[in-house]
Order: sequence, then C-alpha cells, then structure tokens
Amino acid sequence: MDEKKPADGIVLTPRQLRNRRLRNLAIGLSVGLLAALFYAITIVKLGPGILRPEP
Amino acid sequence: MSIASHNESVSPAAIGDYAAGPAEYFALLKPRVMSLVIWTALAGLLVAPTHVHPVIAVASILAIAVGAGAAGALNMWWDADIDALMARTRSRPVPAGLVEPREALFFGLTLALIAVLTLAVAANLLAAALLAFTIFFYVVVYTMWLKRSTPQNIVIGGAAGALPPVVGYAVATGSVTFDSLILFAIIFMWTPPHFWALALVKSGDYARAGVPMMPNVKGANRTRLEILTYTLILIPLGILPWRMGVGGELYAAMAIVAGAGMAWMALRVFRIREGALANKAAMQLFGFSILYLFLLFSALIVEHSFGLLERFGL
Repeated sequence: MDEKKPADGIVLTPRQLRNRRLRNLAIGLSVGLLAALFYAITIVKLGPGILRPEP
Repeated sequence: MSIASHNESVSPAAIGDYAAGPAEYFALLKPRVMSLVIWTALAGLLVAPTHVHPVIAVASILAIAVGAGAAGALNMWWDADIDALMARTRSRPVPAGLVEPREALFFGLTLALIAVLTLAVAANLLAAALLAFTIFFYVVVYTMWLKRSTPQNIVIGGAAGALPPVVGYAVATGSVTFDSLILFAIIFMWTPPHFWALALVKSGDYARAGVPMMPNVKGANRTRLEILTYTLILIPLGILPWRMGVGGELYAAMAIVAGAGMAWMALRVFRIREGALANKAAMQLFGFSILYLFLLFSALIVEHSFGLLERFGL
C-alpha cells in the first residue's frame, strides 16, 4: 500500500512523514539501549557464570 | 472531564500539526534541568563511602536522569495552559502545538515507570522509592498543587530538585544519612534565591499566567529581602560538607569563594531596586547561582573521582 495515501484518506505532510521515521528510529534505539542495559546489569549482578552451561 | 484530557484545548493541531520529531520529545524532558540532576546525583553517588560497580553507576544515573525528564514532561503536560501565556515558555512543545497534551502525559508516565523499575533492578528499592517520591513531589505536590496556589511554591517544591543527590547516595549505600541530607539542604536553600532572581525580572510573565510568585504577591522589595536571607543561610550550609569531611580543600575553596560571590550578588539585588540595572543585577544573580551549584558539586565529583582512581591503583 502506498505509504502516503492510506485507506482512510489521511495524507501526511512531508514533515510529518520525516518526523514519524525519526520517531520510529528513536524508539528502536531506546529499546535496544534498554535491552543492552538490562543485559549488562544482569551480568554484573549475577556474574559472568550465568553464561556458562551447568556441567 | 477526565484528568487525562487536561489541557486538550490548549494546542490546536493547526498550529504545529502535532508533527513532533525526537527533538521535541527530548525538549519535553527539560534537558537543562536534567543535566543539573545528573550532576548532583553523580556527586551524591560518589561521596558515598561504598564502591559501586561502574555499570550499576551508569545505569542508575541514567535512570535518575530519565526519571527527572519524566517529571519535566508531566510538568509540561499539566502547565501547557499557563506556558502558552508566558513568553519564556510559549515555544515549549505542547503549547506550540507540536505534541498533543495526552501524548506528553503518557510519554511522561511511561518514562517514569521505566526509570523507577530500572533503578529498582540496577540499585535497590530505597533508591527507586526515593526517585518515585521525587517525581510524585514535583508533579503532584509542586506542579498541580503549590505552583498556582502559594508564593511559597518554589520553596516547598524545591525539595524535589534537592532530592537527586539523596537518590544517588542511596544507590551506593541503600540508606539516607546526614551526609546526603546536607547536600539536599544546600540545593533546597539555593532554590529560592535562584528562582526569585528570575521571577523579579519575569514578574509580568507570571502575572499574565496567574502564577503567584513572590514578587507578584509580596512585592519586589520583600522578594529582595528573602533572596538575601536565603543566600546568607545558604553560604554556611555550603561550607558544612567540608567541615563534615564530605568535601576536601578544593571543595572548601569553591564553597568560600563562590559563596562570597553569591553574597555579593544577592546584596546588589537587595540594594539596586530601580531601572534596568536592577533587572541586570537579578539576572546576574540568576546566572551566577547556576555556576555556584555547578562549582560546588563539581568540586565534590573531582575530589571523590580521584579517590576512586586511587582505589583502583591508578
């Protein structure tokens, strides 16, 4: 489907389209950063042994 | 009308088409306030007698910063109606029509939740509870209640801005002690001279918006006296961390020299009462007060960072 002409007939301005793309990018980066942060916190709190399989 | 629809009529879409990009959402976080919060929280974390793993320290400071930003976004959501009336604030994202009020509300709530949960996971429950209380105090007690009802708004509300070093200290120790409370007291006493210096110059703005700031309610001369009084209490408080061993010689020098500067400027505001010179003196005090707080907490950060380097044998 053409991104500029959705089914409900609303046409976004070029500025709105650009800012929507930038917002999506910012949300993606923030979620990635949060995942990396929680990964690092887990390793620090539980120690690197958490990554080793049980013998 | 539900609370979520508060201020929905403030920014018609026609003005800014609600076409906000990341920069406008970032502006909702009040980045300048956030930078001061990061700095004071870092000082609180570093002066603590316990060592914190660098990853935990970075995650915690990030969570505190995001929590402060969330409080800023919620403040901008609630205050959009009065922000639209003041020259200083009318270009903020909500009154400018770039962000819908409801979006600002849910953006703030989401960030607040993420920040508090992250701090609970990274540090401890006390630090997370203190951060949650800070956000609650700033948004509900200061923004929703005190700001529009009493000239003591920024005095009592200043407690929210003074809490970040206490949160930082709690991240490291899991406790609240006299050491962190003295840092709280410094920022608490610093807030009235800082904001009232600005309010003296922007009293027309505040009058238009109906915000009962001290110069509008009690008059400019009473405000000048209060600025001087709070500054004279602030200066010895600023030196106290050195006497208690929280700060060293560098801190003592900063507290004494910058404190003398604050006293000199507050005295000028008290004495020069008419014309452009009076406004200039007030704005100089406003600007210098930011430098004062920055210098004091920077001295603590520098002194305690060197302590950390020694601990790592560097």
